Amino acid sequence: MDTWEFYSQKLIPALNQGLWLSVLIIVPSAVLGVTIGVLVGAGRAAGPHWLKRLLDAYVAIFRGTPLVVQLTMWYYGLPGVSRFLGSILGPLGFPEFTWRFLVFSPYAASVVAFTLCSGAYQSEYIRGAILSIRKGQFQAAKSLGFSNSQTFWTITAPVAIRRALHGCGNEIIYLIKYSSLALIVTIQELTGKSNALASFYFRPLECYLLTALYYLALVTLATFFLRWLEKRLHVPGMDQAKAG
Amino acid sequence: MVAQSKVLAFAKPRIAPDGAPPLMEAKNITKILGGKLILDDISLSLNKGEFKVLIGPSGSGKSTLLQCVHFLTIPDKGDVFLEGRSALGMGHKNISAFRQEIGMIFQDFNLFDHLTAKDNVSIALRKVKKWPKDKALAKAMEELDKVGLAEKADLYPAQLSGGQKQRVSIARAMAMEPKLMLLDEPTSALDPELIGEVLNVIANLAKGGMTMLMVTHQIGFARHLIHEIDFMENGRIIERGDPESLFADGSSRTAVFCSKLTELTGNQ
Amino acid sequence: MSLLPDFSFYNAIVYIVKGTSLTVALIVGSMLTGLAVGLPMAAVQVYGPRWGRFLVGVYVWFFRGIPILVLLFLFYFGIFGLVEKILAEIMGEKVNVPPFVATLATLGLTSGAYQSQIFRGAILSLHLGQYQAALSLGFTRVGALTHIILPQALRVAIPAWANEYSILLKDSALAYTLGTLEIMSRIRQMVSITHLHVPFYILAGILYYFLTWVGIKALKKLEAKIRIPGLGAEVERETTLEDRTGQSE
Repeated sequence: MDTWEFYSQKLIPALNQGLWLSVLIIVPSAVLGVTIGVLVGAGRAAGPHWLKRLLDAYVAIFRGTPLVVQLTMWYYGLPGVSRFLGSILGPLGFPEFTWRFLVFSPYAASVVAFTLCSGAYQSEYIRGAILSIRKGQFQAAKSLGFSNSQTFWTITAPVAIRRALHGCGNEIIYLIKYSSLALIVTIQELTGKSNALASFYFRPLECYLLTALYYLALVTLATFFLRWLEKRLHVPGMDQAKAG
Repeated sequence: MVAQSKVLAFAKPRIAPDGAPPLMEAKNITKILGGKLILDDISLSLNKGEFKVLIGPSGSGKSTLLQCVHFLTIPDKGDVFLEGRSALGMGHKNISAFRQEIGMIFQDFNLFDHLTAKDNVSIALRKVKKWPKDKALAKAMEELDKVGLAEKADLYPAQLSGGQKQRVSIARAMAMEPKLMLLDEPTSALDPELIGEVLNVIANLAKGGMTMLMVTHQIGFARHLIHEIDFMENGRIIERGDPESLFADGSSRTAVFCSKLTELTGNQ
Repeated sequence: MSLLPDFSFYNAIVYIVKGTSLTVALIVGSMLTGLAVGLPMAAVQVYGPRWGRFLVGVYVWFFRGIPILVLLFLFYFGIFGLVEKILAEIMGEKVNVPPFVATLATLGLTSGAYQSQIFRGAILSLHLGQYQAALSLGFTRVGALTHIILPQALRVAIPAWANEYSILLKDSALAYTLGTLEIMSRIRQMVSITHLHVPFYILAGILYYFLTWVGIKALKKLEAKIRIPGLGAEVERETTLEDRTGQSE
């Protein structure tokens, strides 16, 4: 098979399939990750003391351990926990779903792992952005008679979104790259596909290089979109990059 | 006590024209910050239309006093009454209603960095007073016009000079139609050539009959507009009187303090 | 596997903890490689000629745009595979690049891309006047960089460096895919023997968490040691309206 045919007939169609699976993992993980990041970040910046402690612990654990360990735990570790639970709950007459829900499909395990890990990182940017708002801004709002919730929606949120955008956007770019770990739980996404192709055709250099180009394209596109968004939301004098 | 007798010596009895209670009355305000007594049992009052100035060396508690009058900083003891209504009595839920009726001008402007000039002025009208957008914007343009900045309405704070920022912040406070304005060293963060434009706006407010309490070292510009000066030191008011009497007696703390400032800056 | 005959949990844990030294060697090696690559690249990006800036830009774009896992595969199976082949042709005998070397090279070169951006930011954040003042005193351009700018830039960069450390540490766990016998691959060996996923992965989590903590603590110490004192004040709690009225929302 000549090289061109190999690329156009075999490699590229297979990698495109992998790319589609990658997108199916990245998009929900990114959306859910940002959601968790906003909730956790706001809780850590302005919540009651006990909540701060709890959320700090969550962030410390998910940022302090490698994503491989987390992902492996979700996919390979939890079924063991499920069996253990089943051995207790089963004889007591509990229905099966009370322990079966801990057994994740590879796809569910990936999305859960990426969401929770990404959310922990996202919350750092949200928290930092909220805390970076100068005290004077809140004082001015108070002096005009804003209530706490009015201050949040008119001052805190718009400013924090702009300040956090850079960091949160970069975090999504990280997520694009770390979605490659899904191959560890047997998903044939971009990296998994390329790994299989490399060993099947015995042409690792070409396979991995082409895969690298796919990721470069994804990351570059995402970066352009992020810059565009930052420019659109730009307000003179508010340096967004600083908060990141 | 010497200081106390001085206060009495310069104070003229002031009675509201119609015998009504003072517009604002702060009673026994005490504030401790970082273990230090910043405000030591201070009381003061303002009748409608009065213009009162607080002066004194830095660290004497002037700014903290303004913050306490506005209940932005909660005093440890004492209370503030606006037209006889107690701030403490408003409770947590209604304190923002209390604050709405008082306007505050900050030393460093505190414009909302993410909003244009006209949005800065209209945002509280829309969100706090729930005015419709076009009505709020019309009011904002009116107030910006009064401070001479109608043509800068679409610029962001970072695109304005210090003097212009402060004029926008005055427009922002005035748009809420407050009963009392508090001004915390409104010109101290400005370059000398920008001070005049801000002082002009403030003088116009005074002429228009606005009740104002201002912390400043710029007294000369409107001595004839000021009804009373309080001189603060170490968290207490140690001298109180109208400008003529205070400056007539060259040995009053106020006169000595101001003459030193004049020597240093070469202008009044 | 040589461990099997006298397998015990004590031995298993000792075996895994011993892998820590390989993980640490991997990270320290990669950070230093990254420093050696990143620092000159940062200087080129700020002060260098246009073509130099372009080349550094391409380097950074490449390494920051590709997942570390793909980079590991690309380097180990692709590039080093090719190098092995060529060397075999020349020398006539089989040459093997050890996985440890391939991992260290990949992590180090990647970290170089990130570190160049850290130092670029640090250099740019310094007052422009510092560089000009140095030149006005007669420093050469290189002298101004090494004696005036870099000592300050290194200081400014420490918090970002701590961050880079924790990222590298976690990325190093992927080295198992190439067969480097660091913590993660030893954990996986033990799991495949015992089929006890949860306890061993919890152990992995604890080890990595501990290493993150130690490293960041050490860098914080370093930062405090070389920091100019007088920054950062304690925040005190102020009286709130609830304190005075006894109400709350």
